[in-house]
This record gives sequence, structure tokens and C-alpha cells, in this order.
Amino acid sequence: MQHRKSVRDILSGQIFIGIAFAFGYAATGYERGTALRMGPGYFPLVLAGVLGVIGLAVVIRGLLAREEEPPLERVPLRGIVLLLGAIAFFGMTVRGLGLVPALFLTATASALASRNNSLLRALLIAAALTFLCTLIFIVGLGVPLASFGPWLRF
Amino acid sequence: MDLLANLALGFETVLTPTNLLYCFVGCLLGTLVGVLPGIGPTATIAMLLPITFTFEPVTALIMLAGIYYGAQYGGSTTAILINLPGESSSAVTAIDGYQMARQGRAGAALATAALGSFFAGTVSTLVLAVAAPPLARAALNFGAPEYFSLIVLGLLASIALAHGSILKALGMIVIGLLLGMVGQDIYTGTPRFTFGFFELYSGINFVSVAVGVFGVAEILRNLEHETTREVLVRKVSNLWLSREDFRRIVAPVVRGTVLGSILGILPGGGHVLSSFASYSLEKRSSSRPEEFGTGAIEGVAGPESANNAGAQTSFIPMLTLGIPAHPVMALMIGAFIIQGITPGPNVIRDEPALFWGIIVSMWVGNLMLVMLNLPLIGVWVRLLTIPYRVLFPAIIAFACIGTYSISLNAFDVYAIVVFGILGYVLIKFGCEPAPLLLGFVLGPLLEEHLRRAMILSRGDPMIFLERPISAALLACAVAAVLVAVLPAVRKRRDEVFVEED
Repeated sequence: MQHRKSVRDILSGQIFIGIAFAFGYAATGYERGTALRMGPGYFPLVLAGVLGVIGLAVVIRGLLAREEEPPLERVPLRGIVLLLGAIAFFGMTVRGLGLVPALFLTATASALASRNNSLLRALLIAAALTFLCTLIFIVGLGVPLASFGPWLRF
Repeated sequence: MDLLANLALGFETVLTPTNLLYCFVGCLLGTLVGVLPGIGPTATIAMLLPITFTFEPVTALIMLAGIYYGAQYGGSTTAILINLPGESSSAVTAIDGYQMARQGRAGAALATAALGSFFAGTVSTLVLAVAAPPLARAALNFGAPEYFSLIVLGLLASIALAHGSILKALGMIVIGLLLGMVGQDIYTGTPRFTFGFFELYSGINFVSVAVGVFGVAEILRNLEHETTREVLVRKVSNLWLSREDFRRIVAPVVRGTVLGSILGILPGGGHVLSSFASYSLEKRSSSRPEEFGTGAIEGVAGPESANNAGAQTSFIPMLTLGIPAHPVMALMIGAFIIQGITPGPNVIRDEPALFWGIIVSMWVGNLMLVMLNLPLIGVWVRLLTIPYRVLFPAIIAFACIGTYSISLNAFDVYAIVVFGILGYVLIKFGCEPAPLLLGFVLGPLLEEHLRRAMILSRGDPMIFLERPISAALLACAVAAVLVAVLPAVRKRRDEVFVEED
């Protein structure tokens, strides 16, 4: 009998086990209590145990898999970096720069995550979005955000 | 008549200019995100949740509900015109609806979907109005053990509907539960899993998790293979049904409505299941089963009615028990909590105007949706030509602003990044995100009721089996898992979900 390991199962099982360990380890630091009067550590520890067992089962099933699975899709590295970077950038700068510049740069970077967007196109999309969002959120809904933040005031 | 008086109260609440306006806005937005593939109601509601802060509770909930059932309507348009379900529950509609469109009968298919949905929406709103009060009364007698078992049932039933591996879905639930533990312990105030971040004391922000796992992760998945969509029909004409068509859809619509109303109440996203169940029911009871798959109008009428009916009745467990049937309902619970209302059996008694207002707004919203969808179909068709590369930066922008404005806290925005990457990786390895979100919302409730029940029983876990209601609920939960792992059901489940991938 020929085994074709399932990469998906093995990796996701390992992630489960990793998360179980992280939570389980942290949970040992909290008071466990008894079944009658459970402390803050009781339930998380039980859950971590359950997750660990499930993770193990998924890994084992992955090792024993017999069906061929389609290969994993290409990871869009450029997209991930640009997109997540853009979101983090927004968090870092929205207060200091204000909504308009922070959003413009965030939208430009995220638009560039797609290979179908050229720089010019990305800038156009970003400009339109910034205009629209300023209108909706600041003018329309009155969200308490400055259009231009303290970093830009002289 | 109690019911009439209650409905009158509901109409009184809804028929104010503000509420009507936001009901309309909700339906419009819902149709929009339903039509556009790649963004669903879950992410949309999550992003708009913070904006509803400033609204009256009833206005906020009317709008959010409108987004949800509006998306059911919009989803079918996309399914019929480009063979891509805009929303998971319209996957089945794509089978025959797209074939009809290819034969030049797109107008008839769209009209069938809209009329069927409207009929189903009307009936199931009535079901909701009739069934909710007694259920809420019964739920008032629920103690901690019953609630614990009910939540377990909700969580386990949700995996029966997740596609792919049951084991992984279970794992995702547990991860969700663990993430729900983050924050201060309710009894002792001990901060748990906060890693020294003060921002985590009140728990991980729900919106960040929802936006990250459903919004950002989905975009990253789509960036893996960027394709351009083919819009088959650019101009839809002849939106009226012939007498013959009308005759053919009556029975499927009625059957679909009944089926959807019942299955929708089930925890775990019954509306997806109900559209599939209705399709196979119609195929089996049809005198011309060979037509199915090649453009049978019954194959559009039944499932569309069923999924809309299910969407409405899935509000029942949320409104009466405070237990969400699926992630969208979990978000609605979040909306209640933001407004300072604890969802559960007390809502109907303490906030009758809110409760009946929401119910009546669903019917009003359904009426608006028919008007929005049929005459304005041209607008939606044009929307389908908006390329994804323009769409996703907009999603990111709304996600950032929406999340940030909850508490003007950058931490919540960084959390999107973390959950976006976690969600992306897990989805890539074949894990479904919905159970995680459900677990995350229900985790704190589950723990609270567990601990309360154990104090009640002096540490004896048998209490869950000794109480009849609790035991029955747990038995249902076990049955749900067993049914899901049975090979016959597995195979059919896989068949339905094939269309989605």
C-alpha cells in the first residue's frame, strides 16, 4: 500500500499542537482550582489538552493519507507583505498623520498587492478611495478622526 | 390578539423615517456585498459594527439584519449571471440558474429567485413572530446546565455544515474557544493570556478577529490566483414569468419555504443546508428530474426560497436564547452587546419595541429587496464588471477605518494583521474559519455556564445528563456529529460544497 502524505493535514495538525502548547503552557501559570470551584486555569487547560489530541489525530491522519491531494497553491508573498504591511502602517500612522494621508498610503500599498495594478492605477484607486472614505466617515458619519493629524501641523 | 398587537408595535417602530432609511441602507449594502463575490455579509457586518455605535439600538440592528438577508438576494444574482455564488448559500442556485441564463432566460431565473425569496421571507417572518415568544418563555427556565448543553449543541452542529474535515473543524472550534478565553477571568479578575498587553484585558476585539479571518484572509486567498470574471449577460430583459413558469414554481417555493423555515432554526448555518436539501427534494419529486442541471426553473425556485426562509428563521435562536446559529448571528449578538443589551430570553420582555421592530423590519426589508432587485437589476449587472483589483483595496480601507474607530485604538488594527495571517494559513491547509469565529464568541459563555453548573452540582459533571432538557440537547449534539461522519452524508456534503471552491 502506498502512502501519499497529506501536507495540509500534517501542517495544520502541527499548528493545532503548537497553539495547544502555547495556551496550555500559559494556563499552567493560573490557579487551577477544583472541578467544584474552577479557577481561571481549569477550562483553558482542558481545552488545550483537547486541541493537542485533535492536532495529533490530524497529523496522524495526514501521515496515513492515501488520496492524492492537489499541490498547495503558490503563496502570494508580495501580496501578503504589502497588504499586511499596509494595515499595520494604518494602525501606526492614522493618529499622527490623520485619516487622509494614512489612508491614501495604505490604499496605495494594498492596491499594489495585486499584480494587475500598475503604480498609476494604484494611485488613482487610492485617491478615489480616500475621497470616498473621508466623505463617508468624517463628513457623513462624524467619526472622531482628524483628516490631517498633528504630525503634519506646523 | 397578542400577535397583532405585537406586530402593530413592530410596524410603529419600523415606520419612522430614520428606521426606514437604515433598513433601506442595510438592504442596499447587503445586495451590494451579496452581488460582489469576494466579500460577504460576515466581513461587511463586522466592519460596519463600530459605525452603528452611535445609532439607536433598534436602528443599528435593523440595518445589520438588512445586510444579512439582503446578501441572500444579491448572492443569487451573481450565481445566476456568472455561475459564481456571491454567497455560500446560493451555490446551489448557480447550478440551474446559470444554465437558464445561458439559454437566455436570465430574466426568468432572477424573477423566480426574487419572488420565491419574497414569499419565503414573508412566511418565515411570520414563523419567527409566532415561534419566538413561546421559545423565549421556555428559555427563561433554562439554568446553567441547559445553556452549557445548548452551546455545545450549537458548536457541534456548526461542524456538520462546515465543509472538509470534521476533525479540523473541531480543532478550529477549540482554537476559537481558547481565543475567547483571552482577557480577565470573570470570577477572579486574573488576566489570562494577555502577554502583558493592557489592551487584551477586555479580550481580543471581536471585529478584529472577524475582519482578519473572513476579510483579509479571503483577500490573500484570492491573490493566489487572480483571474478576471466573465459576465455572461450584460443586459437582462423580460423579467416577467410566463403563466407556465408561474405554475411550475408554486409548489417548489412552498416546499422550499417550509424546509428552510425548519432547518434555519438549527444552529450551525441551516440556511446553507436548506438550499441544498430543497434542491434534492425538488429533483426527487419532479416529474422531469433529467431537466435538473440543465436549467430547470424548479431548481432555482426551491433552493432560493429555502435559503431565504432559513436566513430569517436563523434569527430565532439568537433572539430568544442569545445563542448565535452562525457567524453572522454572532456579530448580531456583538451588536446587541455594544448597545448595552444582553441578548437572550429577556429581550422580548424588556425591549418589546426592539424585538418586534426587528421582526417587522425583516418583512419591510424583503419588500424593499424585491423592488431593489428586479427593476434595478441593470445596476447590479454593471457592478459585476468592477474588477477585483479595485474592490479589495476598498475592503482593506473600510476594514482599517471600521476597526480603528471602535475605540480609536491601533492595537485592534494590528490584531487584524495577526488574524489575517493565521486565518490565511489555516484556510490554506483546509480548515474552515466559521467554526473558529463561533467558538470565539461562545467561548466565554460556555466557560461561565460550565463553572456555574459545576458549582450548582457540587462538582459532579453528571448534572448535564441528569437534567432532561440538558441531556436531550447533548444527545442532539452527539447525533449531529455522528450524522456528519456517516459516509453517506459525507459524500453528499462534499458534492454540495464542490461548487463553492
